[in-house]
Order: sequence, then C-alpha cells, then structure tokens
Amino acid sequence: MQTTWTKKVGDALLAPAIAVAAALVVSSFALLVSGHSPIAAYRAMGSFVASTDSVVTILNRGAPLYVVSLGVAIGFRMNLFNIGADGQYRLGALFAAAASSAYSLPRPLHILTIMLIAMAVGGAWAAIPGVLKVTRNVNEVVSTIMLNFVATGLSAYLLNNYMRNERVENVVETKSVPKSGQLPSLNGLIENFGFHFPRLTVLNGFLPVAMVVGIAFYVLIWRTRFGFDLRMTGASPFAARASGVKPARMIITTIVISGALAGLASTGFLLTDFIKYNETFPLGLPFTGIAVALLGKNHPAGIAAAAFAWSGIEQASRGLLDEKIPPEISRIMLGTLLMSSVIAFEVVRRRNLTNAVRLAGLQAVGRAAGGPLDTETQPPSPAAGATT
Amino acid sequence: MTQAPTTSPPAIELRGIVKRFPGVVANDGVDLTVAPGTIHAIVGENGAGKSTLMKTLYGAHRPDEGEILIAGQHVTFKSPREAIARGIGMVFQHFMLADNLTVWENVVLGDEPGTKARLDRHEARTRLRDLGARYGLRVNPDTYVSELGVGDKQRVEILKVLYRGARIVILDEPTAVLVPQEVGELFTSLRSLTAEGVTIIFISHKLDEVRGVADDITVIRAGRTVGEVKPRDVTARELAQLMVGRELPKPIPRSDAPSETVALRLSDVTVAGVGDLPALDRVNFCVHHGEIIGVAGVEGNGQTELLDVIMGLRPLAGGSIELDGRSINDLSTRDRRDAGIGYIPEDRHKDGCVLSAPLWENVILGHQGSKPFSARGWIDRVAARRRTKDIIADYDVRTPSADVAAVALSGGNQQKLIVGREMTSGPAVLIAAHPTRGVDVGAQAAIWDYIRVARTNGLAVLLISADLEELIALSDTLIVMLRGGIVATLDPNTVSIADLGAHMTGAADGNDG
Repeated sequence: MQTTWTKKVGDALLAPAIAVAAALVVSSFALLVSGHSPIAAYRAMGSFVASTDSVVTILNRGAPLYVVSLGVAIGFRMNLFNIGADGQYRLGALFAAAASSAYSLPRPLHILTIMLIAMAVGGAWAAIPGVLKVTRNVNEVVSTIMLNFVATGLSAYLLNNYMRNERVENVVETKSVPKSGQLPSLNGLIENFGFHFPRLTVLNGFLPVAMVVGIAFYVLIWRTRFGFDLRMTGASPFAARASGVKPARMIITTIVISGALAGLASTGFLLTDFIKYNETFPLGLPFTGIAVALLGKNHPAGIAAAAFAWSGIEQASRGLLDEKIPPEISRIMLGTLLMSSVIAFEVVRRRNLTNAVRLAGLQAVGRAAGGPLDTETQPPSPAAGATT
Repeated sequence: MTQAPTTSPPAIELRGIVKRFPGVVANDGVDLTVAPGTIHAIVGENGAGKSTLMKTLYGAHRPDEGEILIAGQHVTFKSPREAIARGIGMVFQHFMLADNLTVWENVVLGDEPGTKARLDRHEARTRLRDLGARYGLRVNPDTYVSELGVGDKQRVEILKVLYRGARIVILDEPTAVLVPQEVGELFTSLRSLTAEGVTIIFISHKLDEVRGVADDITVIRAGRTVGEVKPRDVTARELAQLMVGRELPKPIPRSDAPSETVALRLSDVTVAGVGDLPALDRVNFCVHHGEIIGVAGVEGNGQTELLDVIMGLRPLAGGSIELDGRSINDLSTRDRRDAGIGYIPEDRHKDGCVLSAPLWENVILGHQGSKPFSARGWIDRVAARRRTKDIIADYDVRTPSADVAAVALSGGNQQKLIVGREMTSGPAVLIAAHPTRGVDVGAQAAIWDYIRVARTNGLAVLLISADLEELIALSDTLIVMLRGGIVATLDPNTVSIADLGAHMTGAADGNDG
C-alpha cells in the first residue's frame, strides 16, 4: 500500500468531484423547476466570470475569506469549534479602524501595526470562550455564538460613543485609515509584466498577505511541535494527553490564533476597499468561513480552492441577472455543494478506513496462532479502534 | 440460599462451545450447565473467555462449534433480538442508559407499550411498578436517570431486561462498579429474582463475592471449562488456584543485583476514588535502578489509578512521588516524560497511539518534546522516519511501511511499535502496563529480552500485568494490589501459585466469607 503522490492527489480530489457533480445536478433541477434552462444559466455564469474585472473581484473577496477560514480551520483541526469568528472579526476591524488614525508611522510599519491591532483584539475576544472552556468547561460552540451577539452590541456602542468620527454628521463611522496605513494595490507590480488592468479595476494588496498566512498555517500545523500536539489532540485527545500535551494550554493558544486570524481577515477590507468601519463594512464573511473550512477539509490548499471557488460562484451568480434568472440560485448551488461535500468526504473517509482495516484483518489472519488469549480486553478486530 | 429444583431440564446447557477470532481461540470447548432458578457464577482471569462465552449465549456472535440448549431445546441465535425473544437478557458492565430520560422511558425504550402512534405512559409506569414490587427492585419510574446513583442505574438495567420478559439474566461483572453496601443490595435483589424463578448468570473474578452469592460456580481458564464446584465445597484459595491454574514459570536467575539507588519512590500515595473509598490508599514502594517491580492483582484494584498518578494524568490526593530523589508531584505529564519516564499505557487504542496518524507520527508521540524528534519547536520528520524504520526492524513490527496509519496494523503490531518507541527513547524509568498484551509468543520473548537488557543497564521498571507468567519471568520483586492498596510483597523465586492467587483475591486475609 505504498501511497504514491498521484494516488494521494486522486484520493483528495475524489470527494470534491463527487460533490461538484451532485451540486450541479441539484441546482440544475432547481433551475428546471423554476422554468429556466440550466445550460443557459451556467453559460451566463461562465461568461460573466471570464473577465479581468470578475477575476480581480474574486481574488479581492477570496483573500480575506481565505484567512478567516484558516482561522476556523485551525480550531477544527483539534475539534475546537470557534463559531465566534464573526465577533472577533467585527471587533478586530472596529478597533483597528479607530486606532489607525490615532498615530502615524512609515507605511510598512503602519500597515503592520494596524494588522497586529486587529489580530490582538480578535485574539483577545476569542480568549474569553477559551478561558471559559478551560476553567469552567463551558462549551465553546455556545459561548462563541453568544459572544457574537455581545460583540455586535459592543461594537455598535463603542462606535457610537467613543470611536465615531465626529466630523461626519449623517453617518456613524470611524475615521478613515490614513494613506500610510492602506495596503498598496498590486496593479503596478503586475503591469510591470506587461498585463494591463481595465480602468477602475484594482487588485488589492491583501492577496500576498493571505498567501503568507496560508504557508505559515501549513508550516505551523505540519512542521512544528505545536502543530503536532494540535493534530494529535484533534485525532485522539486521550493519547495526546498521555503523550504530555497540556489540553488547557492547547485550547487557549488555538482559539487565540483562530480569533487573531479572524481579526486579520478584517484588514483585508479595512486597509483596501473600505478604509473605515461603518455599517457598509462587509460582515457576512466569517460565517462563510466556517463553510469554507469544512469544504477545504481544514487543509490550507483545500481551503484556498474552496475560498476562491466560493467567491467565484458568488461573483458568477451576478451574471444570472442578464438572463433574468434570480441570482439566489447560486445560494442553492453553494448550499448543495457544502452538503454534498460533507457527505462525500465522509463516504470516502469510510471507504479508506475499510480498506485499511481489511488490510489489517488479512495480516491478523496471516499471523501464526498462539498469542495470549486476550479477547476480552483486546477486541479481535482492529476495527474496534477505528470507531473513534 | 435457593436450592435448584432437580426435575426440570437445565435452564441453559452449553456443549463444547468453540469460538475463534483471527489468530486467537477465545473459547476452546466450553461446557456449562445452569439449573433453573439458581445463581450460577462464571469465574476466570481476565481474558479467560468469559465475556466471549456470554456474548455467544446472548446472540452477539455465533459459535464456530458446539450447541446451545435453552430449557432442553436446541437454539441458534442470529442476533441478541432472538436471544431476548427466548427470554435471555444481558446486563453489561457499562450501563447503556439515556441520562436525560426518566427511568420508565429508559426501560420501555425500543419496546414501548401502546400503538405505533401512541405511547401508553400509564401502562408503562404500571408494568414497571409491578415488576419492581415483584422482584424487589424499587426505583421511582419518574426519576431522571441522570439523578440516579450507580446502584439504582444497575437496577434500571436489570428492570430493562426483565421488562422484555427475560427469565435468564446475564450479569457481566455487576459488582465492579459498586461500593460494598450496594453489592449487598444487589445480592438481595438477585436472591429475590431467583425466588421468582429467574435464572442468573453472574460473571466475576471476585472470589469472595462469588462464594457468597452463587449456588454453583463454573471456572473457566484459557477458553476451557476447568471445574464446576459448589461454593461450600471449596475455599477461596482452592478456587483461586483453579482459576489461575498452571504451574508458575521459574524466573530466569540474574547474575547482577539491582543498584542501591532509588529511581522511583512512592510515599503514601493516595488517589481519590468514587464515593468515600480512595482508589489508591497510601501506597508505598520504590523501584531501584536496574530493578523490575511487578504489580500483580485482579484488574480494577487501583492499577489504572497507579499508572495515571505516576504519569501525572490524575491528581494526587496525598503523599508524594519522587524521581531520582526529586519530587515530581508538581510536574506536568510532558515534564515527567522529558525527565525520563517511559510509559506503555494499558489501553493502546485510547492512550497509546493515534490510530489515524501514520506510524512515524506515532513514534514521535510522547517524545515530541525531546531529541531526536524535535528541536526548538520544530518536528524532525527525517529523524522520526529513521527511528520508525529502526523500530519496525528491531521489534518485528509487521507493516508495509512507516507511512501507513496505525489503524492498519493488528493490535499486536501496534503494541510492538509502542514498546519499541518507549524503549528506544532511553528512559530512566519505564512504567509498563501489559507490555506484551496481544503480542505473539515470539515477539513476546523478544520484548522481554529488551526489557531485561535495559534493566541490566540500569533501567528501573514498574511492570503491571495480568499475565502471571510475564510477571514471574521479569520481576525482581512482586507486589500485589487489592482494593487500592498493596497487600503483599513477594519473591517471584519462591512464591507459590496458591499464595499469589490468595493474595490477589483477598483470600489470604481470611476475609473470604
């Protein structure tokens, strides 16, 4: 059972392929029922997406989505469900926006410190459910969801009373992030290679940040001792504990990283297209991040594919308007894609497990009999261990 | 004590039951005859095949050979459902109750009175009260199971079985979870059950209890029936000898002596248990460098707590643990491991390895804080793979490669990997629980040799094992655990099987009833 590189990739792609096929079938059905031609719809989506402007929009929206999804995924990796990315993201954005105009620094440092502020605030907010879980065994799913509501109220209060730009009368918003704190666009860099952007099309500078975070995520999870402890805790908390992992410390560290990434994600908008925090600031992202982490199987490469596919479908759905098809059909597509992925992942996982156990069974039969009669404490089939 | 009516056919007769699992014969020709309306105890060591036999009777699996007769009629059960239909019910050691349902809801679950659409609550409560009154198993039907104590939960389990019409009730180690007073209550209930004509099969390895409650005793050893006795005809010592059986092996004499330096010292170590009884009660012993201390004892007498408390996985309620003269009371599990304590856990699937992770990651497990596996927080995958390949070769781990998931290995091979991992990390002290459990004979001998060589080189070993042969073959000194305390310190060179059995079962103190 030498796992070759190609087989590994094939296995990884099998489930998504099944999921995409299922999603296409279901949304085609939904289109037919509502009296539209699926072929026309997909063609409209395809042609709409195939423009520089669309691709840039997908990248601009996909990059923060990617970062917030990584934050969710790091928790998922050890079965820690941080559903509070929404609040962490929101507070991170608000504090970063309000603080950014209060000091000035040369550009790279200013950008970096704003990002650190967003991460610190997101991380600190996430630490609350972490501490509650460790000290009082409060389920983090419940506490993070509840803290989302607290964060919504808190951010509105802080914005109204302390962080509002008083010089603007009609709108409640923070001051703008100074020029030195804004991420430069990548247009100039790419035009050096002879590519020309249409007018008003701006590729945001957050994309490289997202790439760095993705690589850092991979290195942290698969190459460091912390990542080893984290993965082992996720796979088998008892074995991890027996190996010396400190559960409390792992929980706090992981949820703080998770929150910090949610905070960082908000700067993907704050330091680019939006510049200030007000009610138009994009907020739906963190919840989408949960779905994207799930779709990407908590792996940085998978999440990258999922994040950009997700924002791709959202962008493409705007093309449906030309065909007089309600763009909400894309919601059905995303929904079924998510659901069929979860099912397909599970089916493929069980198939792989069965294969592994079958192999083990053959080995057990092949062994000479005469071992200790130990069937009470040791199940005859290794499948018993596989149920975890 | 109820006397069995002798005229009717036996309630249960098992003839020549053989059950094989891959690589293991769990039951190798078991005969069992149970008279109706009696309490029949089945005793045997851990792994003797008691549970396998009962699962056969309960229809959880089918025997490879042999026949089952219920009230004189041949039966074959394809599933527990069919066994229940024939009036056989089983109460498992681990309760299967829904905490957030009431007692009556738990009892009727899966067999609800009323029509398909309507659940007859009144009927359910009435039938439950009647059952309780008839058999002396009183529980309030409307209490939530989460509010019940262990003894009450067990009563609910028994009621569940009786509610389904069982006339034969199998109890798998029912006293393991009970405190002494509850044991008394359970036995009273069992007697009133037999008075009503119910037949009880009682699996246990606590001989004093068995002698107190059973009408007949069948002893099983190594998958075979080795004796059928009446409790009044045997002493606990004789029963212990029947149960443990074989002559003890002679330990291999060693030329060198253990060093004088203490590696691990436990002073008055106490661990809280369920209720008032401590799980470990003022345990004292020390392990010298170059010495193997073997812990004998029936499982569930504090061995798990002893392992946990040494590894820092369970809080110390009193006393102290010292490693090389330095207290490790306040050290974390990781610090204890890094300080040189190797650990082979009791339950390899739960604590010993991560089944979904590849072998090379499992080899890092527990040693991720030290060289060669990590340096300054980075995992050295190359070193881990190299070490894994060495272990695979030296410990004869049968695996296609170091990259397969641990789940793909058989239990014995997983165990060899774990032993190899702990031994190659060069520990100063090794805490080993059942190091060769599930391992084939050849590899067992190899593992023993590795441990002996390491001992000669100064390793201090605390060996907990259910395998007496292993204990005798390896230990320099044997200590016996019973009810959370150490009841005897024995010399493996001179100890007799009767002595050891008597100490393990508590028969030596004369408290055998």
